[in-house]
Amino acid sequence: MTTPMVSAKGVTKSYGAVDVLRGVDLEVARGEVTCLIGPSGSGKSTLLRCINHLEKHDAGELRVDGELVGYEARGGKLYERNDKQICSERAQIGMVFQRFNLFAHMNVLDNITVGQIKVKGLSEDVAVEKARALLERVGLSGKESNYPSQLSGGQQQRVAIARALAMEPKLMLFDEPTSALDPELVGEVLDVMKDLARSGMTMVVVTHEMNFAREVANSVYFLDQGVIEESGDPGQVLSSPSSDRLKLFLSKVL
Amino acid sequence: MTTNGDTAVQVVPVRHFGRWVASFFAVIVVAMLIHTLLSKIPNGQVACQTIDAVRTCHNVVNWRFSWNVVFQYFTVTEIIQGLGRTLLLTVISMTIGITLGVTIAIMRISESRLLSSTAWSYTWFFRGTPVYVQLIFWFNIAAIFPLITLGVPFTHITFFHLDTVTFFTPFTAGVIGLGLNEGAYMSEIARAGLIAVEEGQIEAASSIGMTKSQTLRLVVLPQAMRVIIPPTGNEVISMLKTTSLVSSIGVIDLLGAAQNIYSATYQVVPMLIVASLWYLAVTTILSIGQFYLERYYAKGALRTPPPTPIQRIRSDVRGIAAKFRTPRPAKESR
Ligand SMILES: Nc1ncnc2c1ncn2[C@@H]1O[C@H](COP(=O)(O)OP(=O)(O)OP(=O)(O)O)[C@@H](O)[C@H]1O
Ligand SMILES: [Mg+2]
Repeated sequence: MTTPMVSAKGVTKSYGAVDVLRGVDLEVARGEVTCLIGPSGSGKSTLLRCINHLEKHDAGELRVDGELVGYEARGGKLYERNDKQICSERAQIGMVFQRFNLFAHMNVLDNITVGQIKVKGLSEDVAVEKARALLERVGLSGKESNYPSQLSGGQQQRVAIARALAMEPKLMLFDEPTSALDPELVGEVLDVMKDLARSGMTMVVVTHEMNFAREVANSVYFLDQGVIEESGDPGQVLSSPSSDRLKLFLSKVL
Repeated sequence: MTTNGDTAVQVVPVRHFGRWVASFFAVIVVAMLIHTLLSKIPNGQVACQTIDAVRTCHNVVNWRFSWNVVFQYFTVTEIIQGLGRTLLLTVISMTIGITLGVTIAIMRISESRLLSSTAWSYTWFFRGTPVYVQLIFWFNIAAIFPLITLGVPFTHITFFHLDTVTFFTPFTAGVIGLGLNEGAYMSEIARAGLIAVEEGQIEAASSIGMTKSQTLRLVVLPQAMRVIIPPTGNEVISMLKTTSLVSSIGVIDLLGAAQNIYSATYQVVPMLIVASLWYLAVTTILSIGQFYLERYYAKGALRTPPPTPIQRIRSDVRGIAAKFRTPRPAKESR
């Protein structure tokens, strides 16, 4: 298979007069981990949200698994997908948020089973079994009946990862998954992500954890003011940056 | 009790003198109230009796609040039937009100301008006019629309006829009037609940592929409930008493039944006490229900839910029992 999991060509997006993405080109190969770095406000979250269609991009070509995001090409025309098709697209893309966003009124088990049961139509038994297996994988067996408010940030984020994995996504998007965590909790979440990367999951990770990028990523993209300023092998991009902007950025985060 | 090594340090709690003074006056006021409620007054009659040829007379006294009359009428059929009608009116009107309110709130926050302005106008109109006027309007609707027809406007196509004179009984007029009015208030309550749910919850729901209606049903509404329930409890209790307005359009509810009785017996105050005691009793039950409902929907929002009154009493008793069990002076070692 040669089609990349994600491919963006000249993707633009603006909010009113603010041009957030100004022609982004990016390619994520299957089974690879891509890290997206860049200063605050550069459009990293916006790009991720365009990939699973939480936002609509304005122009350019954005494909996931070879399919156009939000549109269907038929007979030389682009047909906008209806809500149902968009939902089933999203169900195949997992997303992990900076602020966890676990369903506050559901316990851990329900958080992980609700999508399987209501979206994928699986039986409760199957969903629960899968949820327990995932909880074990993220090291949280025994927390099934806790509510999110009764968990630490790191634990909540690991449940959020399990919730996304329960949908058996072909692609996982992470938007600064460790930025809201106390320093001592960052490691436990990164460990789960490393494990996931080793298992062959295709991942796009927005992060400020340069060590994670260097260690795990197959490629790194530096986004600045809505365009990809520099990209390539993590060792090369992070150790010997060529653009001044990236040099400046790295000097600030490291 | 703080322990410092092995020697117990005595802790002197803060003395709340203001609280003591206030409690003292509260006790006096309560005592005065009970005294008045239980007081008796002469009713102007004199009763005499002759025992062993000795005739004694005394003024006849009655309860100031005619508790005997209250007791006598408390459970008569008319009152119980009236109570039943009041409860039925409350339940149906609130059901209409809540359903309508949630629907209007969802319309109000919808992206469609038409839906949101329709919702806004509804709330504007029904909140802006007295519910009493609305009730009388629905009661008289048959005069304006003898026949209600559903069809395509400006054509002769019709699907459905309704004979308003037979359909709009006083009870129906009451239910519709109260329900539509309540819908306007409930919509504001429901809207406050909906917008209190974090944006991130909706994004998370979308990200796992939930449709908009699943997101609403499974994620947004259950969380909005926590904000919606307490004021809704208030609305139910307020509705219970607002239903008494229907006695003016000929529905014999609890208050109507009491009025019917005192217009024949002239026992105005005792009959009003009968009605009020029933309203109080139902309100008490509703408040208890509200407490448990709030607790149910607070799950997840609080790390430890507040104790129920029963749990609190139990832990108080346990605490007091523990005090008696520990030898004094209490010396606690860790
Ligand atoms: N809904 C919106 N309406 C208007 N402007 C927006 C909206 N969402 C984002 N923006 C703007 O778009 C720009 C990029 O936002 P984005 O969240 O993608 O940045 P980011 O790279 O993720 O930054 P951070 O590292 O702070 O998360 C910012 O200037 C932001 O103010
Ligand atoms: Mg961001």
